[in-house]
This record gives sequence, structure tokens and C-alpha cells, in this order.
Amino acid sequence: MIRIFSILVGLFFSAALLFSFGKGAYSYISEPPAATAVNVYHKEPKELALASDGPLGKFDMQQVQRGFQVYTEVCSNCHMLHQVAFRDLKAIGYNDDEVKAIAAKHKIPHYDPKTGEVKNDNGMPTDHFPPVVYGGQGTPPDLSLIAKAREGGPAYIYSVLTGYQDQPADLLAKFPDSKTPDGLHYNPYFANLNIAMPPPLTSDGQVSYKDGTKPTVDQMAQDVAAFLVWTAEPKLENRHQAGWAVLIFLIFATGLAYMAYQNVWAGKKH
Amino acid sequence: MADDAVIDTPEHAPVVTDGGVRRRDFINIAAVSAAGVGAVSVLLPLVSQMAPSADVLAESSTDVDLASIQVGQGIKAVFRSQPLFVRRLTPKEIAAADAVPVASLRDPETLAQRTKPGKTEWLITMAVCTHLGCVPLGIVSTENRGEFGGYFCPCHGSQYDTAARIRKGPAPKNLEVPDYAFTTDTAIKVG
Amino acid sequence: MSFPWAQHYKPSHPLMVYLDEKLPLPRFVYNAVGAGYPVPRNLNYAWNFGVLAGFCLLIQIVTGIVLAMHYASNAGIAFDSTEHIMRDVNYGWLLRYAHANGASAFFAVVYIHIFRGFFYGSYKPPREMIWLLGVVIFLLMMATAFMGYVLPWGQMSYWGAQVITGLFSAIPLIGGALHTWLLGGFAPGDAALNRFFSLHFLLPFVILGVVILHIWSLHIPGSSNPTGVEVKTESDTVPFHPYYTAKDGFGLGVFLILYCAVVFFAPNQFGHPDNYIPANPMQTPAHIVPEWYFWPFYAILRAFTQDFFIIPAKLMGVLAMFSAILVWFFLPWLDRSPVRSGHYRPLHRKFFWVLVIDVLALGYCGGAPAREPYVMISQVLAIYYFLHFLVILPIVSSLEKPEPLPFSITEAVLGKDDHAVLTA
Repeated sequence: MIRIFSILVGLFFSAALLFSFGKGAYSYISEPPAATAVNVYHKEPKELALASDGPLGKFDMQQVQRGFQVYTEVCSNCHMLHQVAFRDLKAIGYNDDEVKAIAAKHKIPHYDPKTGEVKNDNGMPTDHFPPVVYGGQGTPPDLSLIAKAREGGPAYIYSVLTGYQDQPADLLAKFPDSKTPDGLHYNPYFANLNIAMPPPLTSDGQVSYKDGTKPTVDQMAQDVAAFLVWTAEPKLENRHQAGWAVLIFLIFATGLAYMAYQNVWAGKKH
Repeated sequence: MADDAVIDTPEHAPVVTDGGVRRRDFINIAAVSAAGVGAVSVLLPLVSQMAPSADVLAESSTDVDLASIQVGQGIKAVFRSQPLFVRRLTPKEIAAADAVPVASLRDPETLAQRTKPGKTEWLITMAVCTHLGCVPLGIVSTENRGEFGGYFCPCHGSQYDTAARIRKGPAPKNLEVPDYAFTTDTAIKVG
Repeated sequence: MSFPWAQHYKPSHPLMVYLDEKLPLPRFVYNAVGAGYPVPRNLNYAWNFGVLAGFCLLIQIVTGIVLAMHYASNAGIAFDSTEHIMRDVNYGWLLRYAHANGASAFFAVVYIHIFRGFFYGSYKPPREMIWLLGVVIFLLMMATAFMGYVLPWGQMSYWGAQVITGLFSAIPLIGGALHTWLLGGFAPGDAALNRFFSLHFLLPFVILGVVILHIWSLHIPGSSNPTGVEVKTESDTVPFHPYYTAKDGFGLGVFLILYCAVVFFAPNQFGHPDNYIPANPMQTPAHIVPEWYFWPFYAILRAFTQDFFIIPAKLMGVLAMFSAILVWFFLPWLDRSPVRSGHYRPLHRKFFWVLVIDVLALGYCGGAPAREPYVMISQVLAIYYFLHFLVILPIVSSLEKPEPLPFSITEAVLGKDDHAVLTA
């Protein structure tokens, strides 16, 4: 009885699915989905190799500091770094006084517990990077976690920063409706090809590095990507170090467990 | 433990040679010990996550501006989320504190030991009663300062003198003097 | 339960004798997972996954309790409190990654445990109650995992909450009101987040309770085994301890190596990048998918694209998705084969492997964007899924000719010749 019922239920679901499949297949064949500019011209991120990659990765602090400089001088005009506190910068090699000086450059509202007033005064190392007021259209995303919040991570950041170009002529020929709207910028690494952010890194030497590295656009983009990997995952080095200790211990312990297992079962067929 | 069962299994005759038995036991004991070491190491993150986090530890210093405090006045500041007494003693209060024989105190300390050299009039202490953590009264002259003119804790009646030393009541210690330093003549940095 | 030859607990130390009189907990453990529980001697590695699932539950409860010490279930600061855990709390990054990937590990282990049951017919009488309780555990796990994923209050959390509670709005008449009631509002917000946190904390302990029932009901008939032949004599079994504690210890080690490799070196592999973007009720992510362990069911949900007679496509999808799991409840009565194990069922075995491929492919389609050809492929795959359980299994189990079974577990392990020797 239950089997007759189950066969009926099974046929019911199958019939409904077959019906959906038939209609879907029919429209797929009669009007095959047209190619769009996005699925023809969108590109996967370029290769980017950073010191923090892989299970042995450690940050290249020189590069992270250069990236922080690029962030400060370029990105921070529009983008926040809400999750990061000034004190965190000690981890990328700044000392207490430098951290204090960096913090003091920002005006941050502080609540005075005695008077109940909120006053804008100099940032302190314990403060987080303050909100950035952006006057233009749209909302520039917070960058603290951007390296984890985008498919491709740092490679994506690097590719978008260096990927601005004129819209290819054949794109316009094939998809005349897909002309980049005014105020947007063509970038094949961006999800819908048209990004609101104007090219931030426009010329070599836009920042001047203290460590003598040549500030090409490509270099600056790589450096800021490295910095944003750090802001997104400041504990990366601790994680890698702890990971090796744990794995080596586990492999050793599992080896012992295997020997004990063989030992217990010795002579017992199973 | 696994070891004795191994030897007693009916189908599996005990290994007679001493070396053999010892080796088998050793492997089982080593495997169980490794599991124990692993279990104990897991406690490290589980226990230390309850210790103060990095943002709490970072809130560990406070700057206080003394310029506006007149002789005889005091203010409450905040240090590590706790209240801090900053009091400018009158010469009379200093004299009263110095007049007490140190040996007679529950927690013997002189006023000089509790202030910075040459800055005896600035008494900086935590505003946390050493009994059970209430905030004593007395930083403002209109509040009850107790019998000794210092601070009076309303919770259980501990009384502190003008050097914030415990004189009467259940508290075991003087009000704690935090680490601080004068950054200028009229400003201190606590912590 | 116990077989007559089970070893008896004999405390020797005076303290243990005293404890045995007043609170016989050691005796209970001895009989449950100690030398007092005789287990078939021929269990293969597929039988490790029950213990591993229990261990995953333990990982999740322990890491979850400590994470709850730092997490704030307030929509305004939930995201930041999660980042506070990752950045400022001592070992917070480890605890959170262990918990997030612990969910993945738990599901991976439980899926293998379930498919072990499908292949070896573990659901068949006399073990049908164990199976039913297992399906209840799986449903509770799904609810717990879903609510846990909402807690970081990222984009996927928010839109996951929106979409999954939206499933209930497919129910005719009361759907809309039910949806609002579940969320405590018209869209996910503080009310929803707080109740999800509360239930996410509660449900693991409910799971623990059902796990205890699951193991209790297991001890009545005793463990099944790869031959599917019931235990007959003492030579068919070995005591759980030390034999299976040793084997499970080794299995646990292998599991931990894989799990820790993910936690320490690829902790975001199974997550979605969009969940590192704070929840934004104004903008839906371009490609919204649940966690990987829901993908097969998500594919079934999306496979229904057309209204079927009077039933709207949305309701059909929801019905089918829940039915895809609920059908497991009926498995003991749908499969009527007298033979339990797939080893001796030539047709059942082949269809089992087709099901494995079908579910993996459904999972792949469920994780892919909702566009052709993935929808059409998942429609075909979903047809097979339902036919497998509801049509093929009942028919095949009546028709197929099983291969000859061994007389006993001992015979299967040692061969016929040794049999006389061993029972002597």
C-alpha cells in the first residue's frame, strides 16, 4: 500500500519536473539565451603573487607599508577602513610614536564621560579609522574586508586598479546598447564592466616611496592589494604558524594512533 | 586502558617475550598520551579567549589635565573604565596626613610614598574601594568624607584619610595609586 | 542491549565499587562504548563516521559557547562584533574559523554516515527507529546551520534569512502571516537576529538529546555490519573497547588532519565572499547561494519553474525540497528487500552509485547561478532523485535476485573452513 502511494508521489513530482523541463528546454531551443556584453567581455582577475600567499605565507611588511601609504594618499579620500584601529598598525611595523602621529592626523568624535559631550578631536591609537564622507554618487565600499569580500581577493583588487581601458570598439559594434554610461568607467574585471570609481591610480610616481621602490601604477596596485590582504586578515601569520604546529602534531599523533590500532587488532581477522 | 585487553583477547595469545609486551604497551600508552596532550593544548585558546581582548588592553592610558583644579578641589576621571580620583590637597590636609604615625596604619604608607616628589599636593588614586569595589564618596567637599576627612565608602563604611589610606572599616588596603607620570607641570598620564 | 557473551563491568577499586552502587555512570559508559558492548568484528571505515559526527557536534558546542561570549546579536553591531572576534579576541580567529568550518565538517561527515546507511541498508528493521531519529537529527542540523549562518549579519546572512523564511510564504492562506511571524517583522532585523541567536544556541543541545536517543536505540539491536547478516555467535563480535576505540581514534586523527588543514590554511574556502560585506537590505547580492551542504536541496527548490495545474511553481519547489528529505523517513518501508547490504544486492548497488552521482551533480547545479543550462540539468537530476527513492527502490527491492549471503559474520571474515575451528 505504502509503495503504491510512494510510486504515485514519485510520478507526481517527476511529472511536474518534466513539465518544467519541457517548457524550459523549449524556450531554450526556440529562443537561445543571447550572449551579453558581460559574458563575452568580463575577464577573470590577473595573476598576482604576494608574499602572504600559500600555507607558508608571511606578509612583506615593506610592501604592506607601501600599500598603506597608497591607501592614505589615494584610496582614503573616498574609502573607509572601519574595522582597522590605528593601534593595529603596530603589527605592520610602525612604532608607538608613529602610530600616535598617524592617529592624530584624523579628527574623531570622542565621547567625554564626564560632561556627556561628543567632541571632534585628534584621533588616538585606540580609535578606528573614521568614516569618510563621500560627496559624489554611490557608496564607495569599506575596504577593511574587501580582500575577502570579492571573488579573487587581492588579485581582483590589483586587476581592477590596473584594468581601466577604453571600451573596445568591437564591443560597441556587437552590443550597441552596452555603451558605458556617462559617469561610469569601463573595466573588464568589474562584474558588470562599468565601474563608478574613476581610475584612482593614473600615473607613475603618484606617491613617492621612501624605500626607493619605483612607484609605477602596477607597483602601487600590487602594494595596496597586499595592504588590503593585511587589513582583511591581520592574523594570517599567526594562523599559518599555528597551523603548522597543529598539523605536525596531528600527523605524529595519528601515526601513533594507527600503530595502536594495528597493535590492538593484531591477530584478529576482520 | 587498551593494553590489558590486548593481552587478554582470547584468540590472541599473550606475547611472551618481554620486549614484545613492552613495545605494544608503549605504543598504546604513547597514543593515549598524545591524545591527552592534544586535548590539553585545545584548552589554551578556550581559556585565553576570556582574557581581555586587544581593544580592551589598548584602552590602558588616560591623560588628565590638572590646570583647572583649585587647591581643595578634586575631580573624577576615567581610567581603564574605572573612576579615578584626582585631588589637590590643602596644606592642612597634607599636614593631617603627615601627622599620622605610619606604624599605626593597617596598610603603612606615607603620603610622600603615595605622591610624586615635589607634587605632594596631587593625590591620584583609583576611586575603587579596596573592600568590594564600590566608589567612595568625598571627592567633592560637600560629600561625606568620613571621620578622617578623606573618603568614605557608603557600601560598608570604610573610611579613608586625606592620603586615601584606610583608617577604619572593612577595607584591607589603601586606595590604589595607579602608575602615572607628570607629562607637564599641569598634566598627568595615567597607565 | 547486550548479547549474552558481553563482558560484565567489574569495578575493583573501592572507590569505583562505591560509585557503582551510588551512581553507576562508569558502568553505563562501559556498556555503551566500552568493553561491555559487543560489536561486529567486520566493520569497515564507513562505520567510523558515527563517532566522527558526535565529535563534530562536540567541536561545534564548545567553540559555539565561547564565541557566544563575544558575539552581540544586535543588527547594528553583529557584523562588527564578529570582526572584533576575528581581530581583537585572543585566538578569536581560530575559534570562529573552527566553528564555521566545523559546520562544513559536520555535514560532510553526516552525509557519508547517511549514504553508508543507504548502501548497507542500515535503515531496515530492526533498526528503523535509529534511522528515523537520524533523519530528525539531520533536519535539526539544517535548521541550526541556517540560523548560525545568519548571525554574522553579512550580505549572505541577511539574504539567506530573507529567502529561507520566504519559503514559508509559499504555504497557501497562512503563508504571508507565517513569514512575518517567523521574522517578527516584514524583513529580517533585530527581532529575527535575536531569535535566531537564541535558537541557534538552543538547538545543538536538542540535537545532543536526540543523538543520545539515536545511540540508545542503536544499543537495542546492536550495530549493523557490512554483510548485513545479524550477529549470531560470540566469534562474530569484538568488544567495542579496545577494538573500536582504537580504530575510531585513528579515524579521528585522519579527520582532524583534514579539518585543521582547512581551518588553518583555507578557512574561507567553503564560505562565500559576500558574507564579508555587511548586510544591506537595499541591495541583493548578484548570485545568492546557501552554504554547500544545502546545494542539492537548493537545486531541487529551483528546479520547479512552471506552475503545475493549480499548484504554483513556488509551492511545488518548497514541497519538493522538504519532500526530498522527508522521503528518507519512509525508507524502511519502501525498501522491502529481505537482504540488507548492498554487497549482495546487484541492482540496488548500481542504483546507489547513480544516486551518489545524481546528488553530487545536484549539488554542483545548486551552487551554480540560476540560469540555463543548470536549471534544466537539475530538473533531470531531481527527477531521478525522486524516482530513485519513490519508484526505483520499492520496485527493485521486490524484483532483484540477491546474491548468496554468508552464513555468519565469522564466515564472511574467515571463510568457511575456519568456521568449525573458531566455534569449537
